[in-house]
Amino acid sequence: MSNWIAAARAVGVIAARHADEVDRQARFPAEAVRALREAKLLGILVPAGEGGPGAGIADVVSICHVLGQHCASTAMVYAMHQIQVSCVVRHGGASPWQRAFLKRLAAEQLLLASATSEAGVGGDVRSSVCAIEEKSGRFALAKQATVISYGADSDGILVTARRTLQSPASDQVIVVVPRKDATLDALQGWDTLGMRGTCSNGYHLKAAGEMAQVIPVPYADVSAQTMLPTSHLVWSALWLGIATDAMARARAFVRGETRKKPGATLAGAVRLAEAASQLQLMKANVVASLRQYEAALGSEDRLSALPFAIAMNNLKTASSQMVVQIVGQALLVCGLAGYRNDSPFSLGRHLRDAHSAALMVNNDRILANTAQLVLALRDDPELLA
Amino acid sequence: MSSVRDRVRALLKTTGWLRTDIDTLADDADLYAAGLTSHATVTLMLSLEEAFDVEFPDSLLRRRTFSSVAALVEALSGIGVKKEAV
Repeated sequence: MSNWIAAARAVGVIAARHADEVDRQARFPAEAVRALREAKLLGILVPAGEGGPGAGIADVVSICHVLGQHCASTAMVYAMHQIQVSCVVRHGGASPWQRAFLKRLAAEQLLLASATSEAGVGGDVRSSVCAIEEKSGRFALAKQATVISYGADSDGILVTARRTLQSPASDQVIVVVPRKDATLDALQGWDTLGMRGTCSNGYHLKAAGEMAQVIPVPYADVSAQTMLPTSHLVWSALWLGIATDAMARARAFVRGETRKKPGATLAGAVRLAEAASQLQLMKANVVASLRQYEAALGSEDRLSALPFAIAMNNLKTASSQMVVQIVGQALLVCGLAGYRNDSPFSLGRHLRDAHSAALMVNNDRILANTAQLVLALRDDPELLA
Repeated sequence: MSSVRDRVRALLKTTGWLRTDIDTLADDADLYAAGLTSHATVTLMLSLEEAFDVEFPDSLLRRRTFSSVAALVEALSGIGVKKEAV
């Protein structure tokens, strides 16, 4: 077990203690995020050159899996933060501003949020209405952001926008905005079925700064090579965490019942076995996709190739469905003990959190994109390729 | 007889993929900056395959291939389409 996993487990204990209250009150998981900051888990992706430990995506994926077993909102905040950090690490390039920002991120353990959603684009994050307004080396930006998860509690926000005032909706860039350079006027609250602690409120965001804050490559590349694969990996890992904890509760329930009636095989035990097989499939998919991403990391060509994009899309749509199925199975195993909110086997929060998976970037949108890609795909690679 | 370049341009002109008139763009102009979306590249590829009776191998299916008229002509030439004439 790496030191980071041990640290994540310690944070998990704190996250679990507050998870029900965070869920009930739809409040930011402040205690768990403070613990993540104190354990220096927020800055682990920052390379050694910028004062970080230079951890890899596998470390982050493993931490998300751990956190997901205790408080899915905390895990999602951590996951979304690391998606933003990977974009700056991989695409900030040699830009002195970006490098200085990463140094600060490692030193102060900054928490990054994301403003990709916008009113008026019909949920398509690869289109922007707002634009970078450039004037003598500085920019201004105003965005009707329908969702900025934990925006109010973040230390910086990555914002997508059209490259210039003249650019078409699809010609986007992404800009790093320290929280102090942004004003957020609340548009919409976050009273939802699940993932309530992410506080994904809508805001009218206004920001200004230096042009050097704009990541120097097109957002299309940042999205295809980093944001999309990283998102699908870290999300799937934390959904796996939710499913894993649901299974643990179901197992504990069956064990308890079996102790009461030694010798009898309970109906729930068979269903538990079935769910264990699903959990194994889900886990195998997360790990195989992680290995695929790691193998492609060195090559821009492999990262922008179709089979890779298809695999990462499939990971998301499959995991998001499996988490709901597995929690549903666990609920059947636990019966009323799982349905209750006041039992140690309670699965209500798991089920509600799990249902967000298919909706955060709607599976139908991802499938429509995959449908285009499979049309173009020619060769099926070898089994072990 | 028209050149591959002209036929590629004609194809880009008749469809709604670009927000800018292709006639105002140089051969090396960035088509993505002119409004080409990654969704549209797949349709563009299928239209080119139909027009030139070729198949794009997986190795060409990346963003760069579709980034400009010049890049498209180069890609087509790489899979056996002669640049000068039909």
